[in-house]
Amino acid sequence: MLLRTEELSKAFGGVAAVDAVSIAIEEGTVHALIGPNGAGKTTLLNLLCGIYRPTRGRIVFAGRDLAGRATHEYAAAGIGRTFQNLQVFFNMTALENVMTGRHLLEPCGFAAAALRLPARVREERACRLEAEALLEFVGLAQWRDTPADAMPYGALKRLEIARALAARPRLLLLDEPAAGLNPVETAEIDRLIHSLVTRRVTVVLVEHNMKLVMGVSQHVLVLDYGRVLAEGEPAAVRANPRVVEAYLGAEAR
Amino acid sequence: MRARGLVLLALAVAALPLALPNKYAYDVAILVGLNAIVCVGLNLLIGYAGQISLGHAGFFGLGAYGSAILAARYGWPTPLSLAAAVAGVALLAWLVGRPILRLRGHHLAMATLGLGIIVAIVIATEDGLTGGPDGMSVPPLAAFGVALAGETAWYWAVGALLVGVVWLARNLIDSPRGRALRALHGSEVAAEMVGIDSARHKLNAFVLSAALAALAGGLTAHYAGFITPAKATFLHSIELVTMVVFGGMASTFGAVAGAAVLTLLPQFLTALKDYEMVVFGAVLMFTMIFMPRGLVPTLEKALAAANRRAV
Repeated sequence: MLLRTEELSKAFGGVAAVDAVSIAIEEGTVHALIGPNGAGKTTLLNLLCGIYRPTRGRIVFAGRDLAGRATHEYAAAGIGRTFQNLQVFFNMTALENVMTGRHLLEPCGFAAAALRLPARVREERACRLEAEALLEFVGLAQWRDTPADAMPYGALKRLEIARALAARPRLLLLDEPAAGLNPVETAEIDRLIHSLVTRRVTVVLVEHNMKLVMGVSQHVLVLDYGRVLAEGEPAAVRANPRVVEAYLGAEAR
Repeated sequence: MRARGLVLLALAVAALPLALPNKYAYDVAILVGLNAIVCVGLNLLIGYAGQISLGHAGFFGLGAYGSAILAARYGWPTPLSLAAAVAGVALLAWLVGRPILRLRGHHLAMATLGLGIIVAIVIATEDGLTGGPDGMSVPPLAAFGVALAGETAWYWAVGALLVGVVWLARNLIDSPRGRALRALHGSEVAAEMVGIDSARHKLNAFVLSAALAALAGGLTAHYAGFITPAKATFLHSIELVTMVVFGGMASTFGAVAGAAVLTLLPQFLTALKDYEMVVFGAVLMFTMIFMPRGLVPTLEKALAAANRRAV
């Protein structure tokens, strides 16, 4: 089991946004996290990557309890994420964004950096090549030297994925990667998520696009009012009457 | 390509003496160089890490008085007193920055504002040690019996140091450490999410910028041979921030240009001496309204646009 939460809870001033959620995520799978607006999906994601500290409960990742640690320690443990509302480094180019993603793989002493020692120059070149390969992988090679603030929305969504992958995470949390994208761009994200599995990256996906969710995930977890309403294989969850009622609505019936 | 700016700066430093008519001009050029060293460091903090310090004149003053007191009152060799003053200031910045930079937002500005004012008051009132408002004389910088003396020698020393500091700063910016600073400025949560310990990187930038201010302060004291508390005041902190903002945030050459223009400006406006701070305020306002990116980035952009039209 790559990630396990035990009775994980987060309350904001007495309101339980996430309430005693216990989940288990197996390595090499795509887990979707769905639920109506305000069900606590993003809160749960923020707990899983250390942006929020849990009010109660444990987050055991690869055998270590991470609850209460700083966000960058979650990253160091091997958890990466993208953001629903873009958190791109707009003061950098596309390539620099991805190079920054390799921060943990680029230990760099002050003297080596300030004096630009030969070993540092070689590392910098290697870092650049890796980042270029990742831009290629997500289909952004032509944006390489473009400042991020001059890139279109759809490209920025993929840039965030490339930056997260640059850290070589074992677990990648994707927060609505297809939100605001057209069908062609959504298909591109679909292809990307499928190819993540071949990179041995485990994925937790929060997404409203049901076609995407049902197509890529092996496991679906439905949240409602901060609690787990149902979980299981996509087809089973889809057929669960409680889920249909709470979330998918009359349309899906 | 990468080295072009640095080569231009080195050429400018090498060629400038041809245009310096007298000792006074050399004196101003040395002052520009020393301020530029402070601004290059301060720009790492303000322009790259996005943190504001309103107390860098305090670090400058502590470097100046620290080295002066150790050398004049305790008889330390000047290279040692200078190194000790810089190390002491770096330690102080670390102690102050460590708890504060764990918090998000602009708490550093408030803390350094307070620290700077305390430093200025202590320097002005501890007259047994510092000479108080009258100032104190400082022994010349000397090693192995040879003193660094005269405007020409100091010009070359400060010029070489400035080129070296600019080189170091630009190397840092193009390294993972520099990218970490820009990243946490761009999005702190995203920076943390790729493993960047934002508090630690902000602290590093703060300590480095404080140490550079102390170095420039110590050198100023030994060069001038006499110091007064004026350079340690809050107003001087504001001047330093104005230089960085006017020259261009997140631009190392902008910091140098800002220091040059705003050090020269008062020399040309001696008639307006009493209104110096008004001029600085006006420059800051003008910059914010008409070129918020600062002088050098604005010029670079205009130049790039002109090149595109020409092609």
